[in-house]
Amino acid sequence: MEKKRLTINLKVWRQKDADSKGQFVNYTVKDVNPDMSFLEMLDVLNEDLIKKDETPIEFDNDCREGICGMCGAVINGTAHGPESGMTTCEIRMRMFKDNDTIVVEPFRARAFPIIKDLVVDRSALDRIMQKGGYTSVRTGGVPEALSTPVPKQNADMAMDMAACIGCGACVAACPNASAALFVSAKVSHLALMPQGRPEAARRVERMVAQMDEEGFGACSNHGECEAVCPKEISIIGIARMRREFWKSMFK
Amino acid sequence: MKLDSKVPSGDLAEKWQNHKDSLKLVSPKNKRKFHIIVVGTGLAGSSAAASLAELGYRVKSFCIQDSPRRAHSIGAQGGINAAKNYQNDNDSVWRLFYDTIKGGDYRSREANVYRLAQVSNNIIDQAVAQGVPFAREYGGYFANRSFGGALVSRTFYARGQTGQQLLLGAYGALMRQVDEGNVELYPRREMVELVVIDGKARGIVVRNLLTGEYEKYWADAVILATGGYGQVYYLSTNAINSNASAVWKAHKKGAFFGNPCYVQIHPTCIPHTGEYQSKLTLMSESLRNDGRVWVPKKKGDKRPPNEIPEEERDYYLERKYPTYGNMVPRDVASRNAKMVCDEGRGVGETGRAVYLDFRDAIKEFGRKTIEERYGNLFEMYKLITGEDAYEVPMRIYPTVHYTMGGLWVDYNLMSNLPGLFVLGEANFSDHGANRLGASALMQGLADGYFIIPYTISEYLAGTKFEKVNEEHEAFKEAVEEADQRYKKLLSIKGNKTVKEFHRELGEIMWEKVGMSRNEQGLKEAIEEIRKLREEYWNNVKVAGEANTLNKNLEFAGRVADFMELGELMAVDALHRRESCGGHFREESQTEEGEALRDDEHFSYVAAWEFKKLGDWELHKEELKFEYVTPTQRSYK
Repeated sequence: MEKKRLTINLKVWRQKDADSKGQFVNYTVKDVNPDMSFLEMLDVLNEDLIKKDETPIEFDNDCREGICGMCGAVINGTAHGPESGMTTCEIRMRMFKDNDTIVVEPFRARAFPIIKDLVVDRSALDRIMQKGGYTSVRTGGVPEALSTPVPKQNADMAMDMAACIGCGACVAACPNASAALFVSAKVSHLALMPQGRPEAARRVERMVAQMDEEGFGACSNHGECEAVCPKEISIIGIARMRREFWKSMFK
Repeated sequence: MKLDSKVPSGDLAEKWQNHKDSLKLVSPKNKRKFHIIVVGTGLAGSSAAASLAELGYRVKSFCIQDSPRRAHSIGAQGGINAAKNYQNDNDSVWRLFYDTIKGGDYRSREANVYRLAQVSNNIIDQAVAQGVPFAREYGGYFANRSFGGALVSRTFYARGQTGQQLLLGAYGALMRQVDEGNVELYPRREMVELVVIDGKARGIVVRNLLTGEYEKYWADAVILATGGYGQVYYLSTNAINSNASAVWKAHKKGAFFGNPCYVQIHPTCIPHTGEYQSKLTLMSESLRNDGRVWVPKKKGDKRPPNEIPEEERDYYLERKYPTYGNMVPRDVASRNAKMVCDEGRGVGETGRAVYLDFRDAIKEFGRKTIEERYGNLFEMYKLITGEDAYEVPMRIYPTVHYTMGGLWVDYNLMSNLPGLFVLGEANFSDHGANRLGASALMQGLADGYFIIPYTISEYLAGTKFEKVNEEHEAFKEAVEEADQRYKKLLSIKGNKTVKEFHRELGEIMWEKVGMSRNEQGLKEAIEEIRKLREEYWNNVKVAGEANTLNKNLEFAGRVADFMELGELMAVDALHRRESCGGHFREESQTEEGEALRDDEHFSYVAAWEFKKLGDWELHKEELKFEYVTPTQRSYK
């Protein structure tokens, strides 16, 4: 049951470091097994480059099962590639055709400076989380778990939002490079849980302020973020964030 | 040297409380004077760093990824156990303790496991207060499920993303402490040396993965929470960057390695399809509830599965284990799959897979029911293999999933090296020779939230610290050592890539130190690993330069360490001439071919001291069972 192997032409963004000018470089990868993941195809190319004493392509990745949020590339113009609801590491080569040309770029945004090749600095997202992506509880100083019932509907909606993996695809896809979907996912998750209510106002104010400070753009309801989100987080979250934000102003 | 487990005296149920009551405290004012380094930001590392910072210690947190939230705890799907008894099914701390120690095949400490069961309930309280969206019922209370064959429903879950949600809770706590200025965060840093001064762990040297620069950090205590070493096998369910280098560096500086041969191999993973493959994906073993495992009776039968008639199929688990059938425990299912493939009856392109067939279940219950039960798993399978498991049988194969072994620690989670603490999968404690489902998350968080914050103060308050800083000679030497190693790796410019070496090492480990081990194979493995290691240092080809982001160089360093650890795993497996849990020695089995423990000779923790490469000294910590009686498992 040998599967037909593919030949893939790649145009990959190569950039030595943050200060250098980048450019597309062409590569051809032959004998690609359609069951390969996209990143495994890049692994194969990198092995080839190493053997030829060339510098391999740097790209971030870790779990390779779509949950850690570390991978991310713009593939043929779409963050995380051609299939919706997937991370770059979940993309398989059978989603492409023999002799296809694939353009591979880093996530581009003012707040995500390029480090090298496809690797970008997303630490701005951590800094936003530092401003309120939590409930302010100490270890041990908490009530018994049963003491606060959480309506199933809230728990389910909160989970939909909490599924965010912090990959930054929403930012890369947004024409304004806004982080609204990312921030709203955490704001919504905690706003929907009773445990998150006591500091809901402070949270949304601080996280939004940090988002602005990091140089992310404003949300203008394009919805590109939702379309590329590998966890299919809905822009309903952004509406909820706005509501929380307005509510906070009247506190 | 005698290993002191520091297990407190007294009744099992009272030990932890009595111990806590007797531990020294550090005054609030003095806490600000103590510096603590935490390496790793998974469940154990994040929860420890956050909790210690809340107490007022000055904490530095390090991870190799771009953000602490990427740590591989995030991949855990199933759930987390706790003895809450919310389902009124008569669960208790005792039962969780008993199941865990029995599941570990009586190769863990009673006192540790009991404490784990006790604090399991605090973990749930903590996570709920953090806003972790555990599954709820309509009344607003918890939905729990039975997991891994447990007789009670004690597993809490957040869809199939429990690890992610618990990690984000701990990460949030850590982020709060960063914001408050109590934790300094150092992402994209890899620990390359442990610094030991006057016999105490006093700091680390890390390599800045973006610039290649070495950075020196001193501390009064160093905590390693750097995960397991499954990547020694090349293919595993671990993340690509998961590695053993931090614990290995500590081991070479004097920390004993406990039970390195205890590895858990999970039976239901998607098999690999070619040499390019970089990792293997786990599928919930609940699939075995309805799927039937089989291979063709004939060797090398290449017909498509649906063309193989019933009488030419061998449902080998049902044949060999009529009572349990396809539901035999993980280790038995895994070993049998390997056996039929070794006979030449494996299926798929590589011949390293067996069928898991839902044809009969679909016939009996209808496609809709099977869809409801396993729809997401069938989808995942289709994404990865391109095959529709409703139409053709799934192909599965066992894969390395978790390592029970790790650095030896006492009851306070301190290694034999004063000031070096080890948490989570990185230590050897609690799971014995086999870990139960939904217990890894529990242990990581127990260690980080509820044990280390108490036990570390005993060390800090009871130790006289000499003043040290980064200018100390030991730091310079450590930097020199690391720098030499990386320079050497770059200078070899051989003919084989790091990946090729890693794959070869993985093959040796998998074949000879994997699911089924014997004396001859293990002796061969030791020789082969040594040879491969020698070749590595003479013929490896590492790309690029040292002073920039260079993942190939990072991997080269990690694979160099795997080459040494792999040998110790084989040495440990060779010395343990019994079968227990995940460690199956062919020489020690019952007449029916089941694992046979030898309590008379092997009821101990094997703690290995590094002398020089290829030379370890064994220290034994006897395991005493006062509250449970070790028994033999049977699944016929």
